[in-house]
Amino acid sequence: MSEITLRVNGETHTLDVDPSTPLLYVLRNDLGLRGPRFGCGLAQCGTCTVLMDGRAIRSCNRPVSRSTGEITTLEGLPENGELHPVQQAWIDEQVPQCGYCQNGQILTAAALLSYSPNPSDDEIREGMNRVLCRCMTYYRIQSAVKRAAEAMAEGEDR
Amino acid sequence: MSGGRQVPTALGDALARWGGTTSRRDFLKTSGLFVFGVSGVGVAGAGRWGFGTEPSGGESSEPASYPDPDFLQLDSWLVVHEDGTATFYVGKTDGGQGTGTATQQMMCDELDLAFDQARVVMGRTDMTVDQGGSGGSDAIERDAMVGRRIAAEARRVLLEMASERLGVPVEGLSVSEGVISLRDDPARTVTYGELIGGGRFDVALTGGNINATTGVASIKPVQDLKLVGQSIPRYDIPGKVDASLEWAVDVRLPGMVHARNVRPPFAGATLSAIDELSVRDLPGFIRVVSEGNYVAVVCEREEQAIEAAERLVVEWEKPATAPFPASDDLFDYMRSAERVPGSGGRGAARAQGDPDGALASAATVVEAAYDIPFHGHTAIGPAHALADPSDGQMTIYTNDMKPYSHRTGIAEFLGMDPEQVRVIWMDGPQLYGRTAADDAGFEAAYLARELGRPVRVQWMRHEETAWDTKGPAFAIDLRGGLDADGNVVALDYRGRIANYAHVGYNQARTVLIAQLMGFRPERPSPGGGRGPDEMYYIPNRRQETRAVRFPLAFETPLRTGNLRDPNGPQTTFAGESFIDELAAAAGADPVEFRLRLLRGATDDDEAFRRARSIAVVEAAAEAYGWDARPSPGTVGSGRVLTGRGIAYAYRARTTIAVIAEVEVNRETGRVWVRRMVCAHDCGLVINPNSLESTIQGNLLHGISRTLYEEVRFDGEKVTSVDWRTHPTLTHMDTPEQIDVVMVNGDPNPDRPDLRPYGAGEPSHRPVPAAIANAIYDATGVRMRRLPLRPERVLEELGYAGL
Repeated sequence: MSEITLRVNGETHTLDVDPSTPLLYVLRNDLGLRGPRFGCGLAQCGTCTVLMDGRAIRSCNRPVSRSTGEITTLEGLPENGELHPVQQAWIDEQVPQCGYCQNGQILTAAALLSYSPNPSDDEIREGMNRVLCRCMTYYRIQSAVKRAAEAMAEGEDR
Repeated sequence: MSGGRQVPTALGDALARWGGTTSRRDFLKTSGLFVFGVSGVGVAGAGRWGFGTEPSGGESSEPASYPDPDFLQLDSWLVVHEDGTATFYVGKTDGGQGTGTATQQMMCDELDLAFDQARVVMGRTDMTVDQGGSGGSDAIERDAMVGRRIAAEARRVLLEMASERLGVPVEGLSVSEGVISLRDDPARTVTYGELIGGGRFDVALTGGNINATTGVASIKPVQDLKLVGQSIPRYDIPGKVDASLEWAVDVRLPGMVHARNVRPPFAGATLSAIDELSVRDLPGFIRVVSEGNYVAVVCEREEQAIEAAERLVVEWEKPATAPFPASDDLFDYMRSAERVPGSGGRGAARAQGDPDGALASAATVVEAAYDIPFHGHTAIGPAHALADPSDGQMTIYTNDMKPYSHRTGIAEFLGMDPEQVRVIWMDGPQLYGRTAADDAGFEAAYLARELGRPVRVQWMRHEETAWDTKGPAFAIDLRGGLDADGNVVALDYRGRIANYAHVGYNQARTVLIAQLMGFRPERPSPGGGRGPDEMYYIPNRRQETRAVRFPLAFETPLRTGNLRDPNGPQTTFAGESFIDELAAAAGADPVEFRLRLLRGATDDDEAFRRARSIAVVEAAAEAYGWDARPSPGTVGSGRVLTGRGIAYAYRARTTIAVIAEVEVNRETGRVWVRRMVCAHDCGLVINPNSLESTIQGNLLHGISRTLYEEVRFDGEKVTSVDWRTHPTLTHMDTPEQIDVVMVNGDPNPDRPDLRPYGAGEPSHRPVPAAIANAIYDATGVRMRRLPLRPERVLEELGYAGL
């Protein structure tokens, strides 16, 4: 065990854990967060996604000692008490079925739109491709990403 | 938190969401309906483990008791609170298809409440009547109809109470959003909350079984329903989008520990030795638990349990006989294996006329063989559960879709009184039949009892993909005969299904842990199997399905269970591909050919399946813009070939037709389903948007099973163990356009008693055949073996010289 400092959703946490512990288990079991979930432990499915310094990363096989950036989980995505436009689009499009993977879908979409604010259909498919959904909500996800992009563009025009 | 009544966040959140200050149990307890063990409030003894909270002593030390809610009491189903809102207690679970929201719509409509004036509690064995949990796409068709009758009865009783209070006959009253007013003097009102808020109805219901439960009130004619038919947003979605919803994977209890299973590396292996020293010094190690061939490691922290399970040295002995053939040899094996006596089952056989004679004299005979591999559930989140054994009771937090059989199964497995066991369903990764035989809850409960403290179990990815229950493989042989005019005169369907010892619902002897411990069912299922469900009139036909078995029937990763629309996609793939083959042999347009077969007879059933089958085929063709011509079309010379195919089926009382438009890349072998049309008739539609979402999921899941999914195994183990070795549909594969057409093909579409039929699975089944038929239309090459991964498509195109 050793002391690890993590920045999560704007707060600093100091924890006494084995530095090789995957970030996922620290977020879930030590910090009590629910957004990132275990899906494969192999960084193949995206269910455990978090943002680190704005980039979507997989927390299931990243040692906590290498998680030194500013981490944002699904809980930390809203700003000033308002849902992120991607989250709102997810509700407007009624995207989730079981919802287990949607943490990864939403955070990956948020990251995608942060560096590609107006993605084409192909860019959405490619940008989202590594996040799997076994309820197969892909069709609605892709509509919701477009809706969020429009909402964010309108928000900037205002 | 007070004393020993610490409520864990799961229940606390639920209570907060329900907005009540008292729990359901408190309500029932104070209402005097049931006698509870004294400590059975909230989550019994949940504060007992560590963290300085008081044990639940101070109250009685008797074990908590969780008797079944009495289905013949209105109060077991519905509570009206002081603020006039209501809570509906529904013994179903919602896998994300919106059955909870739809049930709420239906019950609010009968009770004359606004949608937001009610909430639904689902799938808690101590609080909701045993409606069986989920399965069979019956939540709306069957169980929500019970809900409607219950809500109608509550409305009747409330109106009588108002009549007495206001001194006006019931006929002089009207209700809107929980406010009863005089028709002649609308200013005089009384609310539901004023009439009964927080109190009991004390009204007895009748009905020989739960599904038949009814009061004396009639349900409303469909035309009077206001919320039914509206796309009300699902209540579960906001919490799934902002991470506020607590799932079964999220529940944490003080003092709980983590377990991981260690599976046999070879199917049918026998444990010979465990070297506990290999993990004893690992941090957080608590114990290795093993019985028979079941092995688990328990540690303080989750990642410690994962590491310990990986590092535990276990010696296994391989079985003397190969447990099953390799997946490459599967279909040869199935066709040559002996058929299991007594297999096949209800609905599997169909015999009419003289198929052999008709085939012998047919102008054209077509023969074909279809192969469908085992499919896994491969849930995006592996199996998991948390069990709390405090105070001699057992509480299981789970996403088990059938919490009631989970409860009785675990009670039997542990030798406990079912009243001391309760199962709390919470949201979880997709169910689709996987959690109808939910192994993790049994494991958690067993380990919790062994350890004497709460134990959380979660499977690893390789374990889930290799060892979850499987949809059975099929080998299907078909012969069909056409007369000189291209009419189908005979159809002979013979299916073989690898479905022996199909596991039941949460059975104490067939869940994986029980099998590994050496339990065996007294009478293993011989293996059921249906044929395709269609309404075609063919004068001479035979349809039969028989199961085959492998040397290893138990403790096998190929154990079969229900996977979304069990048998449907596989048998419809064969049946509807073959109808297409016959249409091609007759030189007929595939839509016209099917309509001719559907119109060949005039008889129908009470659900008007024939009329509604014709309606969906016609609606799909119209929505797609189908141009009548035989398949294949003109096969182009370009790199990408395009075609369209149709398939139709019914499931129970729901009829569906699916049209797929595909692009086939003849250089890479990649198939892309660019567009899909689904015409769907499930009778009364409760929530169009939610239904559309469910259908879209069915269609895409069907594409995934068609193009990618296959359980692979060598002669001793499953080798598809993760998302690389077991690929699934991705964003890249998503159709560009999906059109869902809701059809109401009832001969009397405005009937006041129009019923809703099941929709959770039916639209899944035509998908593989629609895609294969579209590939044939594009290329002239018939795909008869799934999945259609690029390498297989290239191979098949190569054989055809394309």
